[in-house]
Amino acid sequence: MPEYYPPSNAAPNVQMMHIKVKVLRFNPEKDKKAHWETYPVEAQPADRVLDVLNYVKWFVDPSLTFRRSCMHGICGSDAMMINGRNQLACKTLLRDVVKEGGTLTVEPIRGLKVEKDLLTDMEPFFDAYRAIMPYFINESPPPAGERLQSPELAERMAQSSNCILCACCTTSCPIFWVNGSYLGPAAIVQAHRFIFDSRDQATNQRLNIMNQNTGVWRCRTAYNCTEACPRDIPITQLIEEVKRAVMYQQS
Amino acid sequence: MHHRYDVLVVGAGGAGLMAALYAAKGGVSVACISKLYPTRSHTGAAQGGIGAALGNVAEDHWEWHMFDTVKGGDYLTDQDAAEIFAKDIIEAVYELEHMGLPFSRLDNGKIAQRKFGGHTRDFGKAAVERSCYAKDRTGHMILQTLYQQNVKAGTNFYNEFHVTDLIIEEGRCRGVVAYHLASGELHTFHAKAVILAAGGYGRIYKITSNALTLTGDLMSIYYRKGLPLEDMEFYQFHPTGLAKLGILVTEGIRGEGGILRNSDGERFMERYAPTIKDLAPRDIVSRSIITEIREGRGVGRDKDAVHIDLTHLPREVIEGKLAEITDLARTYLGQDPVKDLVAVQPTAHYAMGGIPTDINGLCLADGNGTPVEGLYAAGEQACVSLHGANRLGTNSLGDLIVFGRRAGIFAAQYAQQVEYAEMPEDPERETVELLDRLKNASGKENSALIRKELQESMMNNVGIFRNGPDMAKQVEIIKELKVRYAGVSVSDPSVRYNSELIEAMELGFMLDCAEAATASALNRKESRGAHDREDYTERDDANWLKHTMAYKDLNNPDNVLIGYKSVSLKGYTRAFEPKPRVY
Repeated sequence: MPEYYPPSNAAPNVQMMHIKVKVLRFNPEKDKKAHWETYPVEAQPADRVLDVLNYVKWFVDPSLTFRRSCMHGICGSDAMMINGRNQLACKTLLRDVVKEGGTLTVEPIRGLKVEKDLLTDMEPFFDAYRAIMPYFINESPPPAGERLQSPELAERMAQSSNCILCACCTTSCPIFWVNGSYLGPAAIVQAHRFIFDSRDQATNQRLNIMNQNTGVWRCRTAYNCTEACPRDIPITQLIEEVKRAVMYQQS
Repeated sequence: MHHRYDVLVVGAGGAGLMAALYAAKGGVSVACISKLYPTRSHTGAAQGGIGAALGNVAEDHWEWHMFDTVKGGDYLTDQDAAEIFAKDIIEAVYELEHMGLPFSRLDNGKIAQRKFGGHTRDFGKAAVERSCYAKDRTGHMILQTLYQQNVKAGTNFYNEFHVTDLIIEEGRCRGVVAYHLASGELHTFHAKAVILAAGGYGRIYKITSNALTLTGDLMSIYYRKGLPLEDMEFYQFHPTGLAKLGILVTEGIRGEGGILRNSDGERFMERYAPTIKDLAPRDIVSRSIITEIREGRGVGRDKDAVHIDLTHLPREVIEGKLAEITDLARTYLGQDPVKDLVAVQPTAHYAMGGIPTDINGLCLADGNGTPVEGLYAAGEQACVSLHGANRLGTNSLGDLIVFGRRAGIFAAQYAQQVEYAEMPEDPERETVELLDRLKNASGKENSALIRKELQESMMNNVGIFRNGPDMAKQVEIIKELKVRYAGVSVSDPSVRYNSELIEAMELGFMLDCAEAATASALNRKESRGAHDREDYTERDDANWLKHTMAYKDLNNPDNVLIGYKSVSLKGYTRAFEPKPRVY
């Protein structure tokens, strides 16, 4: 057993947990299909799932591959399926998902091609993002200062602008799994962010995109996206708001 | 694979995205390379705000902001940079708003502003509301907004490409070499101008707010060419990182009225900075916290933290304006700022030093202003010396907007005036050698263990308080770690997404940054800003009012050569004489 590296830097007298980490592995350079590998790990209850994966990578099996960067839930790199649920590995503490002697299961997010182990091809996800015109549009000449906006109208964007594009929501959506052309919850959240921005002038164009058969009407209100969001964005509710906006536009 | 662009940007955080946007506006072809996806850059982790003298809440002037920046930097700030900055940032913040950035608002519809450390009215008289913010996720919103604008502008992105070499021949940059993570292939990017904006190197420290990816790659590559790194001894520790984890707790928490307390419940900052108390600049607050801990008034199991107290603030403020950190404290510490005191300790946060540039972002090859033609740098990677010896809160977001923009403008102008300089015969040669050495080495050393020892020793020996013997010891430790690093071998033979290979390469970059920082710190025999020496406790303007330039000795790779550059003590219209720095 290699030297234990206490990831959360807690003092040595902290009670340790002994768990198994079961990871779905796949390296297309040598594997025909994915297989499970299990690593026994000694860890602390307050460690993050990412700490455990880093420990395995750094001290047990350096070939284990996953994305990660900020380690505190703001960059969105380490979305993965943990115990069957999409979560960020850096925002999921062991004590919340596994007990002493238990097994923690880690798989890649679903619906995107697996490139290697937990790392998936993100291009289709960002293609959907780019398809909704994810940028502010206001062609009138800007004033010398700011465009004024009331705190209430600014607050209208608070939930949707909180999105970090981690893909937890989109890759938890059963419609997205079976129909990859569906733009998916994350792209709709981005559309919401601009549709409900009082300063933006391209509402109709975006609502038209949302009204296409790849848009909001594919949503079956399964709520998987809302449950998966690590930022607590009420995604299903935002999708419903976009649906209503599309209907008002048509009426 | 070979690519050609007029302007190439390395890094896709705030500075890189702003540079790319402005280079594109200059009518040249632009590509942006990132080792991540752009929306995952660490600018997204900045919380509290972007300082600009808009005067939306209280009277404010760019001269006051310039003064605060110069004084905050302990007079090592270049005043021409500070003057341009304090003026330009006002218009730049409005520009971000015009790009759609969802700022928090005042009742009258204007951008909301709040207090931040070291920002004062009337040249130091009292704290002033200067920080423009979008809740406590200002960096996140800047990053998203600038990426959105680049999508709109059609910028070419090369995501998950790791730059491994800069091609500089006869004093001119001709392009870069990059390793494509997905395919393991090397790509050569031929460019008329290159802008470096790849962030800092906080990962050389054990407790840090920095992402795992902040390993100083481009600083090291620059330094390996025998080119200097400026002011590497000035490394900022943010006073409030979540205890043990180092995750940033924004200074906005004190701007909104949060109070630091020791184990006696005492508001100890009253003793260290009687005028602005908890809103003193970061170096002062960090030292005050460590002093409290050293004198036995720390909190927590190891008595190595202090408390930040928000419990007197309304719940709406805590869960509204400070939602991000409330979530972080609840998730990671199980502490609820609404009713609990939250344990914090200083965390390695920001490099004031880096690749030296002139006021237009043009990289410098020495202390005399000799340029590296065609090479620009901006953001934390760069040292235009806006921050001097200590950076004020919110001035990093401002820096990357103002100087990212200038780098983009001037790089595009340069690219329009020149032809492509010829690439050398085999531009990938050094990268191939570097990667081959890591892939084929026969040693048994583990790069993770070496990295851990580097991080712990840097924390202990070149941290908040420093002294000669400890730093001399660190010089030896780094030498030894470099020897061991030569014995690191990569066990994963994969071509695709070989992250073991990347992490091993990054460790080499980190060792260089640590080496330059330690040598620079050992050399500077005074205390100034974030560089605080127990054996030279006073600021010494007579001998040390100058920038350090650290060069790798190419004839003896363990040796660092030290040179100097004078401080620009005058702006264009204003100048502030060095004075003792009290708050």
